[in-house]
Amino acid sequence: MFLDGFGSLIMAGTWVTIELAVMSLLVAFVIGLLGAGGRVSTNPLVNAVATVYTTLIRGVPDLVLMLLIFYSLQIGLNKITEALHLSQIDLDPMVSGVLTLGFIYGAYFTETFRGAFLAVPKGQIEAGVAYGLSGWQVFSRIQFPQMMRFALPGISNNWQVMLKATALVSIIGLADVVKASIDAGKSSYRVFYFTVIAGLVYLALTSVSNLVLMWLERHYSTGVREAEL
Amino acid sequence: MSDIIQQFWRAFLWSDGYHFSGVAITLWLLAISIAFGFVVSIPLSVARVSKNKLLAWPVWLYTYVFRGTPLYVQLLLFYTGMYSLDVVRNHEMLNVFFRDGMNCTLLSFGLNTCAYTTEIFAGAIKATPYGEIEAARAYGMSRFTLYRRVIIPSALRRALPAYSNEVILMLHATTVAFTATVPDILKVARDANSATYDSFDAFGLAALLYLCITFVLVALFRRAERKLLAHLRPMNG
Amino acid sequence: MYKLTVEDLHKSYGTHEVLKGVSLKARAGDVISIIGSSGSGKSTFLRCINFLEKPNAGIISLNGEAIRLEKAKNGELHAADHKQLQRMRTRLAMVFQHFNLWGHMTVLENVTEAPIHVLGVNKDEARHNAVRYLQKVGLDERTYNKYPSHLSGGQQQRVAIARALAVEPEVMLFDEPTSALDPELVGEVLKVMQDLAEEGRTMVVVTHEMSFARNVSTHTLFLHKGLVEEEGHPDQVFGNTQSERLRQFLSGSLK
Repeated sequence: MFLDGFGSLIMAGTWVTIELAVMSLLVAFVIGLLGAGGRVSTNPLVNAVATVYTTLIRGVPDLVLMLLIFYSLQIGLNKITEALHLSQIDLDPMVSGVLTLGFIYGAYFTETFRGAFLAVPKGQIEAGVAYGLSGWQVFSRIQFPQMMRFALPGISNNWQVMLKATALVSIIGLADVVKASIDAGKSSYRVFYFTVIAGLVYLALTSVSNLVLMWLERHYSTGVREAEL
Repeated sequence: MSDIIQQFWRAFLWSDGYHFSGVAITLWLLAISIAFGFVVSIPLSVARVSKNKLLAWPVWLYTYVFRGTPLYVQLLLFYTGMYSLDVVRNHEMLNVFFRDGMNCTLLSFGLNTCAYTTEIFAGAIKATPYGEIEAARAYGMSRFTLYRRVIIPSALRRALPAYSNEVILMLHATTVAFTATVPDILKVARDANSATYDSFDAFGLAALLYLCITFVLVALFRRAERKLLAHLRPMNG
Repeated sequence: MYKLTVEDLHKSYGTHEVLKGVSLKARAGDVISIIGSSGSGKSTFLRCINFLEKPNAGIISLNGEAIRLEKAKNGELHAADHKQLQRMRTRLAMVFQHFNLWGHMTVLENVTEAPIHVLGVNKDEARHNAVRYLQKVGLDERTYNKYPSHLSGGQQQRVAIARALAVEPEVMLFDEPTSALDPELVGEVLKVMQDLAEEGRTMVVVTHEMSFARNVSTHTLFLHKGLVEEEGHPDQVFGNTQSERLRQFLSGSLK
């Protein structure tokens, strides 16, 4: 039988892992763009907030932040529900996992995007301004597509790190592929075997994302390669 | 906050009264795994860039697997996974080794950081300016001398920024050690949390300690870079 | 009626005053070349005209309509009406020293970008026009789907001129358009610029090419340390030089 009958459990866990990683990526991506905007901002207050955010978050281990945010969120929520005489609302581990991972890796994406923004030659933006493109058009039509080329290696790296960091979310109770394989191992008394399975799932995920990222890198380097088209 | 500090400051820093704990254990984990990773990764990185497929391929596979899976899963495999195997439990030495959470943790951390370090060094070796190698050959250096005197010293220096990053990431990665009952900073924070239910302060204190260690490490590496990478900086730059 | 007038333009970086009151008037069909040594403020002056640099004082008008300005806290002037500024920028087309073609767009996309996305021209029409302008600057269809990095510097600068033509500007601004080119590529770009001058385009050209200033332009302006040291018809400026500084400058660069 497929994985001793634990196949569907492992599959479900894998799906949770993918969901968690992709949703966190979206959150981190958006926070990263906003954060990078803050880091290159000329407004000293915005700049300071963004700098403190990336420095603190990147200086503290992700697991510590995860536990800190997860428990504090729950306790804060409890205080609110108590004050309002409502029954306790338990945080959904998926939602808090996505928010926590997104918030943490948003700091890493901020630095990636900041570097990439700065790498786009000033003349590219100037030409857009000189031809009357609006601020949004300059960003969306010139800065963003060009920045992506510089940001992609960093994005790939952050994604791979974040994908592996999802394993830690099982510690705060999410039924991801790690949790599923631990459970399967305990029930079947084949802990080693099912831990290897979890490892293989991650290996497959990182390999597939490698391929996708390589393809993306080729896509975003249009106009850069010396090869004739 | 003050309650936790009063009750747990010793445990957070070096001892829970019976054993070493907290910062002391975290630094121990970091130092041992980094030292192991560094020493082993040097020959491995040379093998990794070797033209001999039989040397290069196994190293590639090793780094691919260890970099492609989470450290937490690797730790689970070495800690709970290994010990669930009859072969391990029935073998006297293996039994003693894998029963201890600290041993399993150090083993998985060492192998993990070694894989990343190998790739960092291999990348730096590949980027050695060809002229330097040619010059060494022209002066009659043997292959071994070439690696020992020219390629490796120059590659290690150029790898320093990436390597310092790996050390910081490894410091952060040591936090999974508590899942193998190793009493590192985070384990103390969890104990403090369950004793006081003051999660924000308990984990906040841990975060602060990690932040301090990170800043110290960053400062040390900056100094090392200034010294060791002086030759890559433009003059009066 | 002047196409473009700039009155008493001042610009400082911190305490360093780069432009100390420079004026310029261009009628339709005028080709004004601005010459001067590096550091004379000539590029800054040109960049202030379409507000890539923000001047500290001065009035800039296009077809008699002045860009409405307001003073910012740091002493620079800002456009009071961003819509107006953007509209006026599309009437002034800039050709840059380093081309500044958008690297991720093909030649054709570079030329159609502003017409489609700023002026709202429909795509077919924009492409049709783009091809016309590209042919005008001497580029054939083999280049249209290439990326800028696959072209020579001279070709890139000609694409940049086509990009400028494509917005059908009132005035074209050239910021040292040949300084970044290899010597053997300068000629092809100057030729295109001369053709444009002859067809009656209004141009303001910052240049090091004295032959262009002398033979093509209708008016020459010599900037020195942020002031107009001498100006007039090129025959006058080059043939009967008044200022000692200009004489030194010309003898240095006309070797």
